[in-house]
Amino acid sequence: MIDFGYTISKPRIIDIDRNNMQPSYDLLKEMPELQTCIGCGACTAVCTAGGLTKFNFRKVHTLVRRGEYAGAYEELNKCMMCGKCRLVCPRGINTRAVVMLIKRKLGEL
Amino acid sequence: MKRSSWTEYQKEIADNDYYYARSCIRQNFFPGSEKAFLNIIGKDLGLNIFDDPIHTSCTGIGYHTDIVPLETIMTVVARQFALMGEAGYENFISSCITSFGVYTEILATWEEFPEMEEKTRESLYKATGRQLCKPKNLAHTSDIIFHHREQIARQAKHRLVNAYTGEPLKVVEHIGCHYAKLFPKSGIGGSEFPYVLAGMVESWGGEIIDYPERRHCCGFGFRNYLVQANRGYSIANSHRKLESMAPYKPDFIVSNCPGCAMFLDKWQYTIAEMEGKVYGQNGRGIPVLTYEEMAGLVLGYDPWELGMQMHQVDVEPLLDKIGVEYDPAAKYLGRDGKYIGRPEAAVVNSCSQNAFLNIKK
Amino acid sequence: MKHVTVIGSGVAGMRCAAELAREGVRVTLLEKEEAIGGKLRRWHKLFPTFTPADEVLSPLKKEVSENENITIRTECEVKDVRTGCVTLATGEEIACDAIVIATGFTVFDASVKEEYGYGIYDNVITSADLEEMFNKGSVTLKNGEKPKQIAILHCVGSRDEKVCQRHCSKVCCVTGVKQAIELKSLFPQAEVFNFYMDIRMFGPGYEEMYREAQQKYNIHFVRGRISEVGPTFDHRLQIKAEDTLTGRPLKIGVDMLVLMVGMKANDMNYALARSVEGLSVQPSGFMQPSDPFGGIVRSNADGIFYAGAVTAPKNVCEAAGEGASAACAVLRMLNKD
Repeated sequence: MIDFGYTISKPRIIDIDRNNMQPSYDLLKEMPELQTCIGCGACTAVCTAGGLTKFNFRKVHTLVRRGEYAGAYEELNKCMMCGKCRLVCPRGINTRAVVMLIKRKLGEL
Repeated sequence: MKRSSWTEYQKEIADNDYYYARSCIRQNFFPGSEKAFLNIIGKDLGLNIFDDPIHTSCTGIGYHTDIVPLETIMTVVARQFALMGEAGYENFISSCITSFGVYTEILATWEEFPEMEEKTRESLYKATGRQLCKPKNLAHTSDIIFHHREQIARQAKHRLVNAYTGEPLKVVEHIGCHYAKLFPKSGIGGSEFPYVLAGMVESWGGEIIDYPERRHCCGFGFRNYLVQANRGYSIANSHRKLESMAPYKPDFIVSNCPGCAMFLDKWQYTIAEMEGKVYGQNGRGIPVLTYEEMAGLVLGYDPWELGMQMHQVDVEPLLDKIGVEYDPAAKYLGRDGKYIGRPEAAVVNSCSQNAFLNIKK
Repeated sequence: MKHVTVIGSGVAGMRCAAELAREGVRVTLLEKEEAIGGKLRRWHKLFPTFTPADEVLSPLKKEVSENENITIRTECEVKDVRTGCVTLATGEEIACDAIVIATGFTVFDASVKEEYGYGIYDNVITSADLEEMFNKGSVTLKNGEKPKQIAILHCVGSRDEKVCQRHCSKVCCVTGVKQAIELKSLFPQAEVFNFYMDIRMFGPGYEEMYREAQQKYNIHFVRGRISEVGPTFDHRLQIKAEDTLTGRPLKIGVDMLVLMVGMKANDMNYALARSVEGLSVQPSGFMQPSDPFGGIVRSNADGIFYAGAVTAPKNVCEAAGEGASAACAVLRMLNKD
């Protein structure tokens, strides 16, 4: 192999066909209300952890729903379980339960 | 594929009397192509074309890398047009896609902002004493070949048909971004389903492959390539295209852009050396042709006269498929039979060089 | 006996004709197609209740067909109008005391958005095509197979400067959700992805239906506009979009893509506006009512009225309501004389 001084950049694309969607679909079966998220960002706006780190609950659960699990478990460890997100969610999603559920599912993987 | 939508994009293409503007980089990468174009138009089709020795680069590469300012490139372009007028021509044709994009963009800019045209006229006159003369008709040289494709088909010595199986050759066409993505109406078939190369391939017996990343850019992107650290972005785009087209087992790729043809060809070497992956059949790369080379083969030109020994991916398997006769021993002989040197064996060619005569001996 | 010409026999035109006839006015109901009913003729079910379109259409058709005050003339194209007279394409002139323009809208031609490959790739269909498939009782891929993965794209020909359609067509969001539910009910094993820019659920029961689509039917919503559709090696469609909520590009292979085509103003609106003083066209191409609040069924020309989607995208309830309102306004004018 020759070192050309650069490498082929890895695609950032979310490839639904290549991703293993099964864990994501299983998760949604257990908590269908997560699908009702309209991405308003209220949860991330009040997030205690997000105020201090780059933690973004909205992005993490959306990525998980797209079959992108890498790093999600570690990210969700930043959640402090304060539950402010659940208070503000206009769709009434039990966001804390979502955090726990994703961690449980990804822990199984 | 149902491609009838291309007929809704009709652009006017002059029938004869062309003023030819060359590309700055093509003569290095595909050195026989421009010569072949002049021969096809001048000799095979018997038309009038003028190859002006005093025109210059359009400075498009500098423009797209933020080195050449707009006013400067406008003046350079105005000079090219002035030369055309002085030579007594009004149909300007450009060999380079980037130049074609630049000419199209500048003519459109002058149309929208006449004061810029006035300023350019003034700059041109002050700098060179020449008078701007806007072309009546502007076309890319692939438009010209497209325009005369049926005549070429009538004079064809070979068709784009697999000589072993009788099946049409499967061709990937790649259109340079600056052909129609800037101004969809400037290209035959628009930007989404351009027909300029597909039309040639279909007229000459081949079959077009429509694959998921057909419309994707080759990744050259000027500044993406020119800085070494950025080349990973550049190659990633060609990589994506090659990955996407490989399952269709294309016999060759044809492009109408200097940069695209070169990168789709050369990056295959780089990817093979980096990752050991090749995209063609029998452990080789996919040959990449310019449309002049394709037309040249169809008209029975000698592949080494077309400069095809300068390709990264060896073209011999394709030549055999088309049924082109060639002298393997003459591949690396120059115009006067002088040995021009030979590349090292490479993964992308399955070390095929060894199969040919070692001319040095 | 007073005589009113109603142009267009969609929901608005029929409602208006029926109300006028009931009050003893003689009505000529003009329709350019071979049968009355307008766009609903080709629609299967209506949002958000999944009521068969025919349940709404049949009673209206019956009402206008059976009322002897109404003369229905199909395959009758209008050239222009002026106060007290409608000129047909044939040159025939119909004299009347008032005119109601209820010519509706044109379905956006999806092939204009070339990047989606409508008319080029099999299995790229429009919302209108899907309704016809529902009507025929056979929703399949071109090769007769069942789709396993389906994408629905909102805002095709709406909110799109590139095709001079700046307005929101209003009903496509709801239609997209409705059709997603219908497809999911038909193919429970299939995954359905809706690609949207915004979801606008403005009517009663719409938001509830949207939520049901998400929670009960597990329909996926991706906030991002599809930028390009291409064919794949296995004869499916590859779709590219940005998943804007994660800020990353996304691609997905689907068997079927349904384009939610918007409402385009009729080309003839410009001819109407030119034909008589007082009629004018909005920047969107739809006719300009005399007042956006109180005078939505009135024009600024004497004796010429509007009803339904000729003035802006409307849903079925609004079209019916405007048909009745226009009848009211016409009667008030006729009674003054």
